[in-house]
Amino acid sequence: MKTLCSVLVVIAGIVGIWYLACVPMNIKGVLDQAQRAGEVVSPETAKDRRDVKAWALVAQNSFAIDRVWSVERPRLPAPHQVVTELWKTTVEKKITSKRSLIYHGQVTLTATLMGFAIGTGLGILLAVGIVHSKVMDMSIMPWAIVSQTIPIIALAPMIIVVLYSIGVQGMLPKAIIAAYLSFFPVLVGMVKGLRSPDTMQLDLMKTYNASGAAVFWKLRLPSSLSYLFASFKIGISAALVGAIVGELPTGAVAGLGARLLAGSYYGQTVQIWSALFAAALLAAALVAIIGVIERVLLARMGAKS
Amino acid sequence: MTTTPVVIEARDLNLTFGAGDTAVQALKDVNLQIDKGDFVSFIGPSGCGKTTFLRCIAALEQPTGGKLTVNGLTPDEARRKRAYGYVFQAAGLYPWRTIAKNVALPLEIMGYSKADQKRRIEEVLELVELSGFGNKFPWQLSGGMQQRASIARALSFDADILLMDEPFGALDEIVRDHLNEQLLKLWMRTQKTIGFVTHSIPEAVYLSTKIVVMSPRPGRIHEVIDSPLPRERPLDIRDTPAFIEVAHRVREGLRVGHSDD
Repeated sequence: MKTLCSVLVVIAGIVGIWYLACVPMNIKGVLDQAQRAGEVVSPETAKDRRDVKAWALVAQNSFAIDRVWSVERPRLPAPHQVVTELWKTTVEKKITSKRSLIYHGQVTLTATLMGFAIGTGLGILLAVGIVHSKVMDMSIMPWAIVSQTIPIIALAPMIIVVLYSIGVQGMLPKAIIAAYLSFFPVLVGMVKGLRSPDTMQLDLMKTYNASGAAVFWKLRLPSSLSYLFASFKIGISAALVGAIVGELPTGAVAGLGARLLAGSYYGQTVQIWSALFAAALLAAALVAIIGVIERVLLARMGAKS
Repeated sequence: MTTTPVVIEARDLNLTFGAGDTAVQALKDVNLQIDKGDFVSFIGPSGCGKTTFLRCIAALEQPTGGKLTVNGLTPDEARRKRAYGYVFQAAGLYPWRTIAKNVALPLEIMGYSKADQKRRIEEVLELVELSGFGNKFPWQLSGGMQQRASIARALSFDADILLMDEPFGALDEIVRDHLNEQLLKLWMRTQKTIGFVTHSIPEAVYLSTKIVVMSPRPGRIHEVIDSPLPRERPLDIRDTPAFIEVAHRVREGLRVGHSDD
């Protein structure tokens, strides 16, 4: 109960700061609009106002303060504007509508899950290879690390162009970009997990004259699970970022990325912010689902509750 | 009178770790014969090679010279034939397996049938007095119970040789006494040949038919003491003059072995 209170206080603080930040951010737009509507503002012209500090404008035009939270295309939308937009585009719109965030969200979600599946599959396979073969360790690992130093925003268009030229388009290119981001944490976590058994545990297997397969299935794999789940959590949020980034250069018509892009074309900041929040909520939900699966599985494996 | 078969035999065994300036001679000219049914303790200060010797028998280390046979085979051949069970200093149970499943681990690897596994698990858990704990997870058991479970695991596939590397080293005195008593009973019931590494003089004297006193730098056997104590040993045998006499000889051996470096 006490923790809950503290958490609520922190959230209230953040929301408060956000509301406060709207005042200087949006005051100029509000005054421009008021001037066009024939109201008296000071200084009187937009040109004169340009050099005045935002807080000074607020002080001189106190009548306009309450309008900064309800501008149509604000520089910084107020929290309630974002919430309203989220509500309108999820609950009040039909799922099939092009304006429904749920519609766009599930497009991105599909690409995310597909990419996550490809990425984790690849990451686990490579990790198994790297742990069992020194050659693979030395030849694959450096490339895997290098691959993550290339900004995905630069690489994504290339992937899409190359795939398009061999006739692959639609969901798959996005999924591949998502996979590109999500395989790495899984690879690193899995390598570490598979190598986590200590010398004594490996010696024990040796005294049983256990085969490599037995060591893998009975010792290495179970030991790696907690590492794997930590990687899954990073991997799935990386996959979501990948899917969104994959939607940007394609001029995709659907998906949270497309929604972000459309918002920025038309200066619809409220739409951008609500798409951002939708993406964040989606990521949180995905990570939470993995957390639940982890807990159920580890509890079955006798973890202390 | 029949002669007892030799189980483990070492002839001029040498083992050097590393090479050149950094080389460490872990074992030097070790000669030892262990007969079937012996309980042999290896005692000595750190660095005397007692664990290394045990690991050589288990083919976890490769000697660099000399000859070592286990059941007449090379240690590695013996390991492939699963000639021994090995108990490490830490219980090393898999936290994700129940006690019964932990005991089943070697059986699964060696391909025993499910029914056979079940029978053997029950048998060895009873042997280490852990019947009824099969469904518990390791963290639910005390340190001593965990170590007993690890002994059960080593016994489950019924190898003739049991190698134990300071199995009770991390346990307190009271638990240790109790486990020593249990181990003796177990040894009498199963007639196994046991190699036992320890730091403790009373433990070595109480358990062993043969005490191998080792000394360090380079690791070598200083003295082999055949215990005159009877096989049947209640705990209070430790207060008898015969016991104290053997303990004294071991202590003397350790002191002399240590002073000449």
